[in-house]
Amino acid sequence: MLLQTARATRFDTGRATEGDRAGRARLAILFLFLLLVVTAAFSLATGASDASVLSIIRSWFGVFTGDESALSARDAIIIYDIRLPRTVLGILIGASLAVSGATMQGLFRNPLADPGIVGVSAGAGLGAICMIVLGGTIFAPVVVLFGIYALPVAAFGGGLATTFLLYHISTRQGRTSVATMLLAGIALGALAGAFTGILVFMADDQQLRDLTFWGLGSLAGATWTKILSAGPIIAAALIASPFLARALNALTLGEATAHHIGISVQKFKRLAIVLVAAATGASVAVSGGIGFVGIVVPHLLRLSIGPDHRYLLPASAMLGASLLLLADAVARVIVAPAELPIGIVTAAVGAPFFLWILLSRRGVLDM
Amino acid sequence: MIEIENLGVKIGPKDIVTGVSFHVEPGRVTTIIGPNGSGKTTALKALSGDLAYSGAARIAGRDINRMKAWEMASVRAVLPQISHLSFPFTVREVVRIGLTSGYSGASDRDADELSEEALRRVDLDGFAGRFYQELSGGEQQRVQLARVLCQVWEPVADGEPRYLFLDEPISSLDIRHQLAIMDIAVDFARRGGGVLAILHDLNLTAMYSDRVMIMHQGRCEGFGTPDEVLRDDLLQGVFGCRLQVGVTPPAGTRFVLPQSAQ
Repeated sequence: MLLQTARATRFDTGRATEGDRAGRARLAILFLFLLLVVTAAFSLATGASDASVLSIIRSWFGVFTGDESALSARDAIIIYDIRLPRTVLGILIGASLAVSGATMQGLFRNPLADPGIVGVSAGAGLGAICMIVLGGTIFAPVVVLFGIYALPVAAFGGGLATTFLLYHISTRQGRTSVATMLLAGIALGALAGAFTGILVFMADDQQLRDLTFWGLGSLAGATWTKILSAGPIIAAALIASPFLARALNALTLGEATAHHIGISVQKFKRLAIVLVAAATGASVAVSGGIGFVGIVVPHLLRLSIGPDHRYLLPASAMLGASLLLLADAVARVIVAPAELPIGIVTAAVGAPFFLWILLSRRGVLDM
Repeated sequence: MIEIENLGVKIGPKDIVTGVSFHVEPGRVTTIIGPNGSGKTTALKALSGDLAYSGAARIAGRDINRMKAWEMASVRAVLPQISHLSFPFTVREVVRIGLTSGYSGASDRDADELSEEALRRVDLDGFAGRFYQELSGGEQQRVQLARVLCQVWEPVADGEPRYLFLDEPISSLDIRHQLAIMDIAVDFARRGGGVLAILHDLNLTAMYSDRVMIMHQGRCEGFGTPDEVLRDDLLQGVFGCRLQVGVTPPAGTRFVLPQSAQ
C-alpha cells in the first residue's frame, strides 16, 4: 500500500517528467534539512535543567548588542558543554548509521543489509573493546600512535575486517546471496561476541566500568573530546558517500552491467566497504551499538523518493540524524530523571520494522 | 573493427572457449549462433571485458583486457541476457542509469529527451513512470535495450565506430518486437556502428546478419556470410539434428516464417 502512494507520478515543477522522482527527492531533502534544524533545536532545548534555547539565542544577539549577561554561566555550561556536544554527536552518529546502512544495502544489492544486523557493528565493537581492555598492554603502541583516535581506529579496523569477510563469503560471481549474508552475519557476530566475552572476562574493574558505559549504546557520555576523536572519520565518510552514488545506482543492475556502464567495480567495492566500516566503526566507538537506524531510514526514504542514491544518501544522513535526536529525546524523558540507553529505543522501534520489511517483501530472501 | 584472434577463456580449470578467431566490422551485424553451452555467452563476456582471456581481442587496435571500464563504456554497450534489479527504480530511472555513466555521444541532447526517444524506439512509449520490477520479462528486456541504446546513442562518435553487444536480445519477445528490435540493430549498423549479437533463431539470423559465426563446444566452426555458414552440413554437425536449409515443408504443413512478414 505504501508502494502505491510512492508510485512515481508526474511532478509539477519545471521540466520533470513521468517516472522522474528527482524533483520530489530535492524537495524531500529540503524538508528533511528543515526537520533536522527543528529537531536539533528541540534536542538543545530538552533536558533535566531549565536552561532554555531562547536564552542561548538571546546570548548570540548579546554578542552584537554588547549585552553578555543574557546567558548565565550555569546555563552556558549546560548548553555548550553538555547539550550541544550531545546534539552534535547525535547528528553525526545518526547520519553515519543511516548512510552506512544505505551504502551497505546498495553494495549488497539488498534492503536488509545493515551493519548492525550482519555483524559489522559487532566486529567494530570487538575492535573497540580490544582497545579498552588491551590498550594499556598489547595495543599500547596503537594508543601512542593514534592518541584519542585509537578507539575509533580500532573499531574501524574491526568493522573493516568483518565487512570484508562478509562480502567475500556471501558474494559469488557478482551476486550476493541474502541468506548466506544474513547467516554469515550471525556467525561473524557470534564470533566477535565470543572474543568480546573473553576480553570482558580478562578486564579489570576500571575497564569493566568503561565497557559497561560504552556498551549501553548511548549518547549520554557525549563530550567534545569524543566528537573530536570520531567526528573527522564520520565526516570524511559522509562527505565521501555522495561520490559513490552513481556507482551504487549502476550496481543495482548487477556487477557485470555496472562494469559495462563504465564503473571500475572492484575499486568501487573496496571504497564502499572502507566507507561503511569507517562510518560504523567510528559510530560504535563513541556510542556503542545503536541498531536499526541504518535499516529503517533508507527503507522509508526509498518508499517516498525512490532508490536513486544521489538523493538517497544525503536524505538518509538528514533523516537518520533527525530520528536519532528524537530517539535520544525520548530516551531522556521517558524514565526521567533516569535515562534509557538510546539503543533500546531504536531497537524497540526498528526491530518490528525490520520484521515488517521481511513480511511485506518475502521475495527479497529468494534473491 | 573488433579483431579476435585465437581467443581462449577458462572458467576454473575448464576450457569454455578455445581458439576462436573472427572479427566484427562497423556497419555490419555479426551474429553468433550455436547450441546451448557452446561458449557463445562466455566469448561475448570476454569481449565485454568481464572475463580474463588468452589470445588477442582488440577494439580499434586496443587490447580489451588493458582497457579501463570507462574507456570500454564509451566504445561499446552490452545488453545482458537477464537483468535483475535490486531496488524499485522506475523505467525512466533505469534508462537514465545508462546515460549518467556512459558517453552517449549526444551530449548536447537533453537526457530526458534522449531517454524518451530511446523508450519510443523500443516501443515502450508511456512506460517511463512504471516500476521496472512490475513489467513482464519481454518489457524488461526492451527497457534494458533502451538503456543500452542511450549509452551509445550515436553509432559513430568522434569519428570512431561504436558497438552494441547483444546477448539474446530477442529471446523473450513476441514476433513483432523481435522484428522491431532486429530492425534497431540493423539501423545501428547502417549508421556506422557495429553490432555483435547472439541469436538462437536461425531464420532471423539469416534475415538480419551480414556475418555469422557458428560455435560448437567452445570452438568456432565457421565464420562468413549467412550463405556461407547456414549450410546443411555445418548446421547438422553443430546442432546435431537433420536441418535442411531452404527446404519448404510438405504441402499442407502450416508454417510461419519471419521472412514472410510484411
